[in-house]
Amino acid sequence: MTPHGNPEFPGESTPAGSANEGSRAAAASASSTPATSTTESHSHSQWPLWEVFVRSSRGLSHVHAGSLHAPDAAMALRNARDLYTRRNEGVSIWVVPADAISASDPDAKGSFFESPQGKDYRHATYYTKSEGVKHL
Amino acid sequence: MTTANSGNMEHDTDFAHEGHGDISVGVSGAGASGDGSASATRITPGNALRPEDIALEVRRGTAKPSEDVAEYALRLGDDALILAQRLGHWISRAPELEEDVALGNIALDQLGHARSFLTYAGGAWDKSEDDLAYFRREHEFRSAHLFEQPNGDFAVTIARQLVVSYYQYALYSRLMQSADPTLAAIAAKAVKEVDYHRDHSAQWVLRLAGGTEESRRRMIQGLRLVWPYVEEIFEDDELTTRLAERGVAALPSSLRQEFDNRIAETLAEAGLDVPDVPQSLGGGRAGRHSEHLGYILAEMQVLAREYPGASW
Repeated sequence: MTPHGNPEFPGESTPAGSANEGSRAAAASASSTPATSTTESHSHSQWPLWEVFVRSSRGLSHVHAGSLHAPDAAMALRNARDLYTRRNEGVSIWVVPADAISASDPDAKGSFFESPQGKDYRHATYYTKSEGVKHL
Repeated sequence: MTTANSGNMEHDTDFAHEGHGDISVGVSGAGASGDGSASATRITPGNALRPEDIALEVRRGTAKPSEDVAEYALRLGDDALILAQRLGHWISRAPELEEDVALGNIALDQLGHARSFLTYAGGAWDKSEDDLAYFRREHEFRSAHLFEQPNGDFAVTIARQLVVSYYQYALYSRLMQSADPTLAAIAAKAVKEVDYHRDHSAQWVLRLAGGTEESRRRMIQGLRLVWPYVEEIFEDDELTTRLAERGVAALPSSLRQEFDNRIAETLAEAGLDVPDVPQSLGGGRAGRHSEHLGYILAEMQVLAREYPGASW
């Protein structure tokens, strides 16, 4: 064992030596996908992805801050706290499984978002104030 | 101490007067927290007790620990310092990147507590936190054996974290009522952070114990490895007895019941038994350490000793 107590090379003689790399697999499989075979557990099955939303203070809405990996929702919240509120950024966090989010197609920008352009009449400023109407 | 803005005593002096540079402007200035200029990317240091504030009080003479109090603060500071050094070694080695950051955060919290306690302790002997951290020898360290135990695999580290965080939570909760205002202030800041450490370790104990056969086996083994060092942290001696009588310290043995109850609760939830193993001899409070501490100190102190007064 090295002076740090952490093995530098997985699989080295001592029981603790072989433990570090194994614990990656153990920790990963403890949560999500069960490791199917020993060879696969070494390739380190990944935790699912979560999207993180942080509210910076009361009255503001949650804003997308980034994403992270976590075995489950409870750990995702904790990881989000550690990753995205280290500098006092938040008073509330939401985490959402990334695959629960349906996104618009970036290639469909034209048909999706350009239609409102030029439709001035959808803005209040398009209209002139009628005479005699108060409180406008 | 091991942060980029640490330095020798002269530098500490500068920090106390001028703060940390850019970031601390917000501490005394307007808009440090909770004002209308909030935004999604707001970054503020917030308001909290910093080691620099304690250094300033010590230098002004408004906080002056007695020999006994300093010795007690040294114990708590050394516990936190050695654990911080151990945990820091996980960075880039944890099961996942996210866990790297989590363990790194906990290490930094512990380092912060260590800096506060050592700064305060140094007030009795005209020493800085750096003098105490980097220029004491192994037998002068007062940390308990638990804190210098090797990281082992992830489960061993989580087992050590479980014991440490439950112990420190009980300790700091009590120290908040200490008759010594500086110790009480440090504890009040630390207890919230340790509360999170408690949650972190408990969450992982549940997951490792309830995960695969392999993870459960490792969790049980991890608990068995660290449990011999539990007894020592709850041992009373003359110093803690004297200080507890004056309402300054929390008598270690008086924390045991709460610790046992909460540990039993968490382990029961995880379907694990409290390990029944023989206890080690201890001796850390008297400067008698295991073979591990020397290696930790060698790595931690080499830069400061090789280049005295270095700052970066």
